[in-house]
Amino acid sequence: MTVLGPAMKFGNNIDTDVILPGKYLVLVDPYELAKHALEGLDPNFPDKAKKGVIIIGGKNFGCGSSREQAPLALKYAGVKCVIAESFARIFFRNAINIGLAVIEQKGISAAVDDGDKVTVDFEAGTIQNVSKGRSFQVVKLPPFILEILADGGLIENLRRRMNKK
Amino acid sequence: MNITEKILAKASGKNTVQPGEIVDANVDMVMVHDLTGPLAVEAFKKIGTEKVWDNQKVVVILDHQVPAESIKAAELHKTMRQFAKDRKLRIYDVGRGGICHQVMPEKGHVVPGTVIVGADSHTCTYGAFGAFATGIGSTEAAAVFATGKIWLKVPEAIKINVNGKFGEYVTAKDLILNIIGKLGVDGAIYKSAEFTGQTISEMSIAGRMTVCNMAVEMGAKNGIVEPDETTRKFLQDRVKTLPDFAALKSDKDAAYEQTVEFNVAELEPQVACPSSVDNVKPVSEVGNVPIEQAFIGSCTNGRIEDLRLAAQILKGEKVKDGVRALVIPASVEVYKQALAEGLIEIFTEAGAVVCGSACGPCLGGHIGLLAAGETCVSTSNRNFIGRMGSTEASVYLASPATVAASAVTGKITDLRTLEAP
Repeated sequence: MTVLGPAMKFGNNIDTDVILPGKYLVLVDPYELAKHALEGLDPNFPDKAKKGVIIIGGKNFGCGSSREQAPLALKYAGVKCVIAESFARIFFRNAINIGLAVIEQKGISAAVDDGDKVTVDFEAGTIQNVSKGRSFQVVKLPPFILEILADGGLIENLRRRMNKK
Repeated sequence: MNITEKILAKASGKNTVQPGEIVDANVDMVMVHDLTGPLAVEAFKKIGTEKVWDNQKVVVILDHQVPAESIKAAELHKTMRQFAKDRKLRIYDVGRGGICHQVMPEKGHVVPGTVIVGADSHTCTYGAFGAFATGIGSTEAAAVFATGKIWLKVPEAIKINVNGKFGEYVTAKDLILNIIGKLGVDGAIYKSAEFTGQTISEMSIAGRMTVCNMAVEMGAKNGIVEPDETTRKFLQDRVKTLPDFAALKSDKDAAYEQTVEFNVAELEPQVACPSSVDNVKPVSEVGNVPIEQAFIGSCTNGRIEDLRLAAQILKGEKVKDGVRALVIPASVEVYKQALAEGLIEIFTEAGAVVCGSACGPCLGGHIGLLAAGETCVSTSNRNFIGRMGSTEASVYLASPATVAASAVTGKITDLRTLEAP
């Protein structure tokens, strides 16, 4: 699995309340949620993201609430992947479970500027900043997690595995 | 092994486990609420199985948008009621339960030594009873509904050793704010936070719940306290059979990634200033901060002990003009106890409004939201931008004592200075 897109940078400790404020948790349609993605930091984010972006986060990306609506809003707003220095663990699991690619890479913030073209190859375990000609070898996700992402999320993965039995 | 490792080893059928190892653990209890449940129901239906793996082990609690504040919320509640009815699940509906993290232990769903997952980040609260408890998302909850299992990476552990006796009006909340201020909001990321020491041993269940509740605010996977006589006393009439607590002690040679020491003897009341939970200062250094709202409640500080403390301060006093004070007992059980003890009358006489047991303004979804430019001092757990309403509002986190005193003076207040002659 490979993703490609322009980078959008964010700082440390981006919490799920700014990714998707609590007042929208009653919404169920992911496209409705997407209209409010990152509203707490940048109300124009959905417009900027709709052609497909890769978010570059700092430390502890997605901290706070367990709301799965946060990664859902990002995914349906057009985010193809989140690369961060580190993730809050519930956000990390949620993203994988709904089929939003996430990968951890220390030093990524300093190596990417807003708008740089970035590619991630999950099988090879590489991140490339095409604009700056830099590449990183990342710690690969375990095979069963790559499988969940390749299937498009945990439910699809579970269905496939249960049918196999 | 430490207590977390022992629980995870048992749950995955192993003799030992190591930090970093991924285990497939059997889940003893899974909880969803009205904002995370509907997505879980949708995901569960997509899996294509009708039955949950064990209907005695799935609990549904309506607590966030209750009573329904909108048609959309009413629809979500309807979805959860139907799902619970069709599968004969235990559901705590409006007026029957309260905040999920209070209801779970009160109603006997939390057993020491078990693995509990909940579609809410503050599920880590149940570590106060010596359970391994952690927050998950909705899709993952659906997978647990179907399989009864979850993959977990065995966390490295931080031992947080606390000694000393609290000064007057200094509480477990001040301790955990102090710890988060020192370790940072990512200070325990992916890790287990094990709380030990004389202060924790002497602490009430309510205090331990406050401490473990906020472990997630420093990124911890779980917070945990070894179960003891205090635990037994709280649970003995609520849980059918309690396990042998001796098997739930960390070994003398258990491994910890680090050990940090705290002493509460000299600890001042603490305040987490906007907009990060680790932006913590002693109350004496907060400065002049006028407030428009004071909130006493939430899964962090809505227990009877918290309400007693607040009532002690509000008795015979008046909430300052221009300030609205909200008091929300964490559960119906707490509400009834507060009623019996005359606390509700004290709050009402003081000019505070007492609302039905629910999450309330903590997450900015229901009642008590803030307008742009307003400031709230709150006993809850998060002060992020926009958490309690407008992105231009400010939230300060403090203990029930500090919040009650601030409601009276109209600004963030060190209670101890009020009492001085």
